[in-house]
Amino acid sequence: MADPASRNPVFLFVEQTGRAFIRGIEEAGYLFGLFLESFFWILYGPFLKQPVRAPAIFSQMMAIGIAAAPIVFILSFAVGIMLAIQIIYNLRIFGAESQVVGGVALSVTREFGPLITSILIAGRSGSALAARIGTMQVNQEVDALRVMGINPVRYLVSPALLAMLIMLPTLTFFSDLAGMLGGAVYASLEIGLGIEAYAYQTLEILKMDDIYQGLIKSVVFAVIISLIGVSNGFMVSGGAEGVGKATTRSVVLSISYIVIADMIFTYFLNR
Amino acid sequence: MNDRKPAIEVENLVTHYGTRQILHGINLTVYEGEIMIIMGGSGSGKSTLLRFLLGLGVPSNGSIKLLGRDITHINSQEMHELRQNMGVAFQGGALLSSMSVGENVQLPLDEHTRLDQKTKEIMARMKLEVVNLGGFEDLMPAQLSGGMIKRAAVARAIVMDPKLMFFDEPSAGLDPVVAAELDELILRLRDAMQMTIVVVTHELESAFKIADRITVLDQGNILMTGSVDEVRSSDNERIQSLLNRRPSNDEIHADEYLARLTGM
Repeated sequence: MADPASRNPVFLFVEQTGRAFIRGIEEAGYLFGLFLESFFWILYGPFLKQPVRAPAIFSQMMAIGIAAAPIVFILSFAVGIMLAIQIIYNLRIFGAESQVVGGVALSVTREFGPLITSILIAGRSGSALAARIGTMQVNQEVDALRVMGINPVRYLVSPALLAMLIMLPTLTFFSDLAGMLGGAVYASLEIGLGIEAYAYQTLEILKMDDIYQGLIKSVVFAVIISLIGVSNGFMVSGGAEGVGKATTRSVVLSISYIVIADMIFTYFLNR
Repeated sequence: MNDRKPAIEVENLVTHYGTRQILHGINLTVYEGEIMIIMGGSGSGKSTLLRFLLGLGVPSNGSIKLLGRDITHINSQEMHELRQNMGVAFQGGALLSSMSVGENVQLPLDEHTRLDQKTKEIMARMKLEVVNLGGFEDLMPAQLSGGMIKRAAVARAIVMDPKLMFFDEPSAGLDPVVAAELDELILRLRDAMQMTIVVVTHELESAFKIADRITVLDQGNILMTGSVDEVRSSDNERIQSLLNRRPSNDEIHADEYLARLTGM
């Protein structure tokens, strides 16, 4: 029979919180181990005659990067327009609408470019990674790889991580350009600032540090998206329902960690 | 059989799932070139035993020697080399769904050899011919029937000419004709390629047809290991229950049953 103390809501709350905390620590350890093992295979795989295959990396780069470029452009362009609308509306009070250029350029490169791109890729490619590996786990394909002497981390995780590390900063830079173009198009229509003059002012205002700040963030977000996607895939149990849960969990966790990491980055990089 | 060298030696294998003990000190020897059937009812531990024979788990106790090497005490590089001598056909085939049948069969060659592409394609096609799937190399796994998927999985498993071959429920879910074809294929692999073969199954007809010896598992223990005739003539009640498809006669006391239902 159950101990009456264990039915006490306070005890239950403490117990459940403690268990969740321990699970969180275990998962963080697992993610870190996955990260180290992925890099081990990238760096030492060729010496062990088990390299990370270039075709697998290119295939992931196509799926993560090239295929996502149109939607990244559309969303970033729209965000650029929204920023320009808001900034012009606020600056109009002071008669300083022409300052919209700096506002859009800094907001896009430092914040919105990496954030929008990462959230989009987390929803698109992070979830696809979790679903793909989860399905492979359920169908014993991961076991099949192991017994064929093919390390699943080398075969599945390392190419995805490497492709994400290359493509997310690339897409972020592309998103920066699309966002600023959106701002320029709106500014030219609203306040009559020519695109050429807008581009010139942008180059005057932007420093390389502003662009680097966004790109550095995107590298960290790339690690978050790929590791959370693959770890949720590897942890799948319970068939198709398990795959669905892992996919949802992967997207929710990735976006949460991206936003929290972004806040921490922004705090430290702007002091 | 005793004049042959052992290909697989399992000594006192104990495994746990969480706190629950699954295998209780299994001892098993499979000799080179024989077909060993591991048989038992659901929950008997046969799939768990297979997982550990494949090196997919770390046992709580005991040793497993494959081709003379204790897989519980070798490093990952040695295990990597050993795996090139092992082939496995999983219950559902476990073909990689993103690759064509030909690419699946060729995958071990891509990973473990430096053969040129043309040679690898020819070798993959040869193995597909062995399993009567010649001409199907460009199809995707989703376009194959259940029996074809299992045969393609066998082609992939034998493409490196392994010395050890493992089958997990090869006949499960197949119609009798396709199941019989798969049995014939397993016999051909032993006779033509001198493979040592372990088959986990609960299909009695198939087991009796292909077995050199049979190990019967029950609740994580080996009830007996012997030839087909020895197993058939065993007077062990649980073996006879399994062979005659009779439910177990375990008595359940009313108090125990109530406790199980109420959790008290």
